[in-house]
Amino acid sequence: MRAGTPDWPCLPARTAALAAAPSAVPRRSPSPRSQSGGAWQRREPCGAMEEVCARFVSQKISKARWRPLPVAALQPPDVFATGSWDNEDNRISIWSVGDVGSAGLNGEYQGEPQLLCDIRHNGDVMDMQFLDQERIVVASSTGSVTVFRHHQNSQTLSASHRWENAHCHADQYTACGGAACTGVICNNPEIVTVGEDGRINLFRADQKDAVRTIDNADSSTLHAVTFLRTTEVLTVNSIGQLKVWDFRQQRNEPAQIFSLTGERVPLHCVDRHPNQQHIVATGGQDGMLSIWDIRQGTMPVSLLNAHEAEMWEVHFHPSNPDHLFTCSEDGSLWHWDTSTDVSEKPSFLHQGGRSTAYFSHSTINQSVVSAWLSNDPTKDRMEITNLIPNQTLSVNTLDVLGPCLVYGTDAEAIYVNRQLFA
Amino acid sequence: MEELDTEPPVTVVPGADPARTQLCFEWGPAEMLLCETLFGPRGGERRGAPEGSAGPASTGCVVAGGGDGARGPSCVFVVRRDQDIYMETLRKLFNESHGIFVGLQRCEEERAVRARNAQLIQVSKNYRSVIRACMEDMHQAAISARDSALHSQYSIQVSILSAMELIWNLCEILFVEAAPAGPLLLRLLDWVQLHICDVDNMVREVLSSENPSKHKLFWNVVDIFVLQGRMDEARHLLSKEAIANPTSMNMYKILDDLMKKMPVPSVGNTQTLTEMELKWQHWHEECQRYLQDGTFASSSHMESICKILLGDENAILEKKELMTTWYHFLVTRLLYSHPTVKPMELRFYAQSSMDMFLGEESSPEPLDTILMAAFEFELHQVIKECSVALSNWWFVAHLTDLLDHCKLLQSHNLYFGSNMREFLLLEYASGLFSHHSLWQLGVDYFDHCPEYGRVYLELHIERIPLNTEQKALKVLRICEQRQMHEQVRSICKIMAMKALRNNRLGSALSWSIRAKDAAFATLISDRFLKDYCERGRFSDLDLIDNLGPSMLLSDRLTFLGKYREFHRLYGEKRFSEAARLLLMLMTAHIAPCSFWMTLLTDALPLLEQKEVRMLHRGMHADLTAHPLHKRLQTFQSHLEVFSNCNDSKTI
Repeated sequence: MRAGTPDWPCLPARTAALAAAPSAVPRRSPSPRSQSGGAWQRREPCGAMEEVCARFVSQKISKARWRPLPVAALQPPDVFATGSWDNEDNRISIWSVGDVGSAGLNGEYQGEPQLLCDIRHNGDVMDMQFLDQERIVVASSTGSVTVFRHHQNSQTLSASHRWENAHCHADQYTACGGAACTGVICNNPEIVTVGEDGRINLFRADQKDAVRTIDNADSSTLHAVTFLRTTEVLTVNSIGQLKVWDFRQQRNEPAQIFSLTGERVPLHCVDRHPNQQHIVATGGQDGMLSIWDIRQGTMPVSLLNAHEAEMWEVHFHPSNPDHLFTCSEDGSLWHWDTSTDVSEKPSFLHQGGRSTAYFSHSTINQSVVSAWLSNDPTKDRMEITNLIPNQTLSVNTLDVLGPCLVYGTDAEAIYVNRQLFA
Repeated sequence: MEELDTEPPVTVVPGADPARTQLCFEWGPAEMLLCETLFGPRGGERRGAPEGSAGPASTGCVVAGGGDGARGPSCVFVVRRDQDIYMETLRKLFNESHGIFVGLQRCEEERAVRARNAQLIQVSKNYRSVIRACMEDMHQAAISARDSALHSQYSIQVSILSAMELIWNLCEILFVEAAPAGPLLLRLLDWVQLHICDVDNMVREVLSSENPSKHKLFWNVVDIFVLQGRMDEARHLLSKEAIANPTSMNMYKILDDLMKKMPVPSVGNTQTLTEMELKWQHWHEECQRYLQDGTFASSSHMESICKILLGDENAILEKKELMTTWYHFLVTRLLYSHPTVKPMELRFYAQSSMDMFLGEESSPEPLDTILMAAFEFELHQVIKECSVALSNWWFVAHLTDLLDHCKLLQSHNLYFGSNMREFLLLEYASGLFSHHSLWQLGVDYFDHCPEYGRVYLELHIERIPLNTEQKALKVLRICEQRQMHEQVRSICKIMAMKALRNNRLGSALSWSIRAKDAAFATLISDRFLKDYCERGRFSDLDLIDNLGPSMLLSDRLTFLGKYREFHRLYGEKRFSEAARLLLMLMTAHIAPCSFWMTLLTDALPLLEQKEVRMLHRGMHADLTAHPLHKRLQTFQSHLEVFSNCNDSKTI
């Protein structure tokens, strides 16, 4: 076939485009407002005016993580890593988002994430954490856990250590069949992993064998893990339980079990408040956000109806914990903001969406109680914004650091918002 | 059956030798398995992979040889129909257009006609911008490709994408926007300017030279501007030449004036067509006058420009090299002889332009036929030709869907399947489902096929390999949202089975609870009870202790949960509650027969407890009245021990 454009590089400016349909506002309470001007999220060239830069990457993104900043850094983060899933060969990729002002090479769109390097990864990337500035720990669906090193001088990636079969099914027929490692959390040099086999591993970055392994820690699948304190971790599982594990105890039993009563809705993600360590947020299969106070009770302090499908990740903002971010299979990403002024807006907070809401009025001195725990409906003010107006496929992952947000979707795109609080 | 439009092309399967053995095949959803048989060739018959005639993917299928391409009859080949699906760069096209497609389906019907039309045009532009973006990426890939085979592969894709965009743009003007006489010509001019852009290099070269008017291509560039109706740019160039030639200043002035005065159709409603035609007639006569005066006789270049302005077909045809395509010629011809052409008249001009431009020596290529069909407003012909010529379903599926939303396709029903839109969408989505990663996109396409989409989705979704629980959850969510209970059950069962095989009883139970699969829950409960009998303790206490309402799913599960509760009570030394619960378990018909022994053994120590003794009478009565009492006779000896103990205590 003859081409209409036999000779190439004379493309006219891209047709102004996109975002046709108005966004569907999530039905359940609390309802987020749609962000004003947020309709231009698609592959527009990124400039100072654009809030969100997008890039289609030809692989479904399962994880995206900002590279941590050096201790005294003042700049916003500019490098992040992504992992893919459900591809014939999955990859770990490192991306940079250059300065808005700097000119791109070859007239590339400024601010659009640029690929620095990538490397093949065996199996789906199930979870990924930066151990330090250079090393990334990746959990694979094959059950192995790999530490990749990002060589910043040569811009290459290499696997520096691998724990094969860190998670596996002890089968009566085969010796050890790999079980997906579903979650990993790092607290340099310690690495904790959990998996579909219900096992918890404690690794040390420099040691060949696991420091501690708790077999059959959970009879169901462990979906996520996070550090509570240096020696304690929190896990969530597929029967709606939140468990505290203390590595100082030699017993292979959880120190504490919290659970959703009623329907045992699986929990998929967990994050701990960065300053007030007793406050924990989890996200469930029904899209519900649960806030737990692990000092008291065995049930969540509040349950907030949120997304319409699985909540894949929940993150407190690391330095601004009044802000919380959640993303979901329904293709939405919500920004929960409790820092807004108390007086003006009506409450979005839906207390006791389930019969299990736990009310802890009185007793605690209100002034020190975090906005996340206070649950007097008349006092609660939470502003919720859906950051993705035209949602289609699942938002599998998000990460926030400083003023920057990165998220990745099953529609094979990564998005970076660098003016989160603008 | 209709007869075939084109002879199905032969697909050569590398590694297979049809001259040596006969091949056999088996259809798959989007792939085909092919293997060599033991039978020798039959009478020199030509054999190729039997590609469907409507299948556009017939050009070169990707073949994965089995057994590392080892020779011998044991080879199995996988022949993929939709090869383009596997191109990395095209995945961007599929993903981004998916969003636009879903947006288009979502937007409400009840809008005002005008707003609706504007919206459809916007959607069409969005699709084109995605094609363009993908073309850019592909172009970049072609440049950076070191491998020459790879480079040519990318270059071919670039040209295919660019042809797609060309066709789409024309369809947008003619069908989606349905531009009326007047604006129609302006749109067509834009279309030509956008796509005939090899001339722009020449323009750049001339303009960047030190003295443009002395450049050997100077007049070519001026001609190009005139031919594309870019009057301002042509006049700008001419003014440079005029300064260089003060002697013929007058001549330049006149030509410049003519070009300036040329009436153009207005986009708004500021003038009527009649007004426009009148003005144009005047201008035309003026040009005619100057030409006959011999005003431009001293410069052949300017004379030919004047002839072009007059719409002289021969003069325009002389510039064939500069126009490169017949549709450029058509638009130029319309501009200077029929500026107020009506959509329905296009077909005549188009046909004659193509004949004049191509002449005797060359025959129309597929792209020419497609464009011609569009100019003739033969929508179905356009789609049909595209289906045959292009190597993927993406283009026709999305274009047809858009045209269907413009309400242009409603009368057409196929003799197979439902309507054409649905047929094409189904084909495209099936292709997506055959891909290991793009299957998620296919779901939304099936959703918008009212007649067969559901059935297709049901059949495809069950065949997705579930290698992790997370993937299973995603598939499950798709099924649950669409109330596909059968598939939900089947997926949960697969996952439960997997967990059971891996000795993950807890996981297995969660999956069967999710599917509300009572039979499977019973099976797993039995495994738990068996394990207990063998080992004397429960595994997975965290799960059994927290069954909650899901305990009611099956009797056996209820029994398991309650029996564990009995153990807990007993462990907490709450003996009377424990005894009451045990009694209940014995009388409630839910204990499996094989477990009675254990229950009765459990009862023994309780009967020795003081606070339990008072229950004894009632317990005994309950047990004898129990329908299972007869079977209990087999435990006679145990019962004797049981009563002996009692008697010794009570005396």
